[in-house]
Amino acid sequence: MQLTDDEKAIRDGSEGEARAHAMDLLVRYGIALGAERLVDTNSVCGGVVGSLPGRRDILPEDQRMDMDAVFSLLNLDSDKRLEIPRVKTMSYKLIDAVDMEKADIQRVPLKTQVLAKNVGDFCTRVGINKCNTCAPYQIGNVPVYGEHCAWMESSAVIYINSLLGARSNVEGAHSTAAASLVGKIPYWGYHTPEGRKADYVIDFTYDVQTMLEWGLAGYYIGEKVQEHTPVINGVTHTPHANNLKHFGAAAASAGGVEMFHMPGITPEAQNEAHALGPNKAIERIEFGRAQLEEAYGYFNTATDTDVDFIVIGCPHASLDQVKRVAELLDGKHLSANTDLWIFTPRALKTMATRMGYTESIERAGAHVMSDSCAALSKVYPKGVKVAATDSCKQAHYLPAILGFQTWLGSTEDCVNAALTGKWTGTLA
Amino acid sequence: MSQITLHGRGVVPGVVEGEALVTTQTISGFGGIDSKTGTITEIRHELRGQSFKGKVLVFPGAKGSSGWASHFQTTRLAGNAPLAMIFTILTTKMALGAVVTRVPAVTDLDQDPLKVIKTGDWVRVDGTNGRVDVTPKDLQND
Repeated sequence: MQLTDDEKAIRDGSEGEARAHAMDLLVRYGIALGAERLVDTNSVCGGVVGSLPGRRDILPEDQRMDMDAVFSLLNLDSDKRLEIPRVKTMSYKLIDAVDMEKADIQRVPLKTQVLAKNVGDFCTRVGINKCNTCAPYQIGNVPVYGEHCAWMESSAVIYINSLLGARSNVEGAHSTAAASLVGKIPYWGYHTPEGRKADYVIDFTYDVQTMLEWGLAGYYIGEKVQEHTPVINGVTHTPHANNLKHFGAAAASAGGVEMFHMPGITPEAQNEAHALGPNKAIERIEFGRAQLEEAYGYFNTATDTDVDFIVIGCPHASLDQVKRVAELLDGKHLSANTDLWIFTPRALKTMATRMGYTESIERAGAHVMSDSCAALSKVYPKGVKVAATDSCKQAHYLPAILGFQTWLGSTEDCVNAALTGKWTGTLA
Repeated sequence: MSQITLHGRGVVPGVVEGEALVTTQTISGFGGIDSKTGTITEIRHELRGQSFKGKVLVFPGAKGSSGWASHFQTTRLAGNAPLAMIFTILTTKMALGAVVTRVPAVTDLDQDPLKVIKTGDWVRVDGTNGRVDVTPKDLQND
């Protein structure tokens, strides 16, 4: 791999041990990829490991609350404890373990709260912005077309690659940590013009409209194309950002899709041929009503219609989605046996509170939560057996991680279930 | 059957040899393995319940959450990492995972390792030079 003089100097220690290690890790990672060089980045989104119990237990007991030691091992894969300096790039932290304002309702043990605060204090010290959301593009972190980024969360990467034309691979905890310290990432994959071209063609023959339908379309396509890049024909209208967020999140969790093209909608493809560039389509796949129903059938393996827990906001809800739930719940009250938690970035909760949405939702007995996620933070009400969600991604993870029977439906189906305690959702 | 040599690209340097564990299915990190035992746990996976600890893991590559590398790093820290990795689909998850698992790894081989190598074969993995030598199981007692 070709390194610049600056990169070599940093690797050799000109800016201290931690940045030397970070550069060395990125070089080894670049070699593993077969990358020819690194590229500058000033936009990093990653996870800071250590908020959830368990992960730190691998460290010696006397180092477990020492974030320099924790970060060195779990985020930089260093055998040696490094003194972590302030980050060089704009860096944003993804989901945390807890919403500190709702910790009791989330039933987060005090020990986890202490760990999360320890991580938070470290982020403040080194300058990693504690956005604590999987959807940072909803709160002002909007990369520019062509900007090289090092982002980790797959639903966010597919969003910025596809909708904004920013350039990122799905990074990991170690590569984002190293990138934030030295402002570099391997120039490979979606950073390169040729790496962004489509190699599958999807023809919509069904007029995909609702958020549920968009999610199911994404999930179906993800299953079919795995880690490839599809171009989607036949979209009849300009979809709402919420729908494309759900489409991408589903495609990324069902397969490993990191980018899609939609001629006329996404910025890098005027038409199918342009999206494919020099590639020949590996396969042409139809998405019609039958495929929509097939995808719906992947979910809804639940059998018990008595629903205990509704999860909305995966990826974290936009202000529009919070508003919609507030309108559906306004003046009503949840069934005594059912909880509804909607997750949204802290910044949007502030706005929701200003607009009265939080009050409408919470007066109904539901909760607006931030900084956390049911599946990832493993937070849920006591005694849950049956859950429901309006997100394919959450429905993909809830049974696997928390072991709940899980229903998938529209936001309206989910709110109805919260009000009645019964699941009656269907594919319209 | 005789010894087979495959040539490809080294991903992580180093040379080891051991018994192969082969799957034609990609592997999830988050929700797919138990890092504390090195066992595949994904419900629909053909290797469910089997451990890759100390084995030459031959598989298409990584799938699922971007936490893949962290989960495989944990297998190493807990002493349950595979001995080496041979894979066919290169992704960022796979490359970073191989780097932090710190085991010799090879890809881009001139024959399909998922077809050539069988579970139980004795395999020498040279991640420095991108070379794999396979001694089929039925030759091992000769």
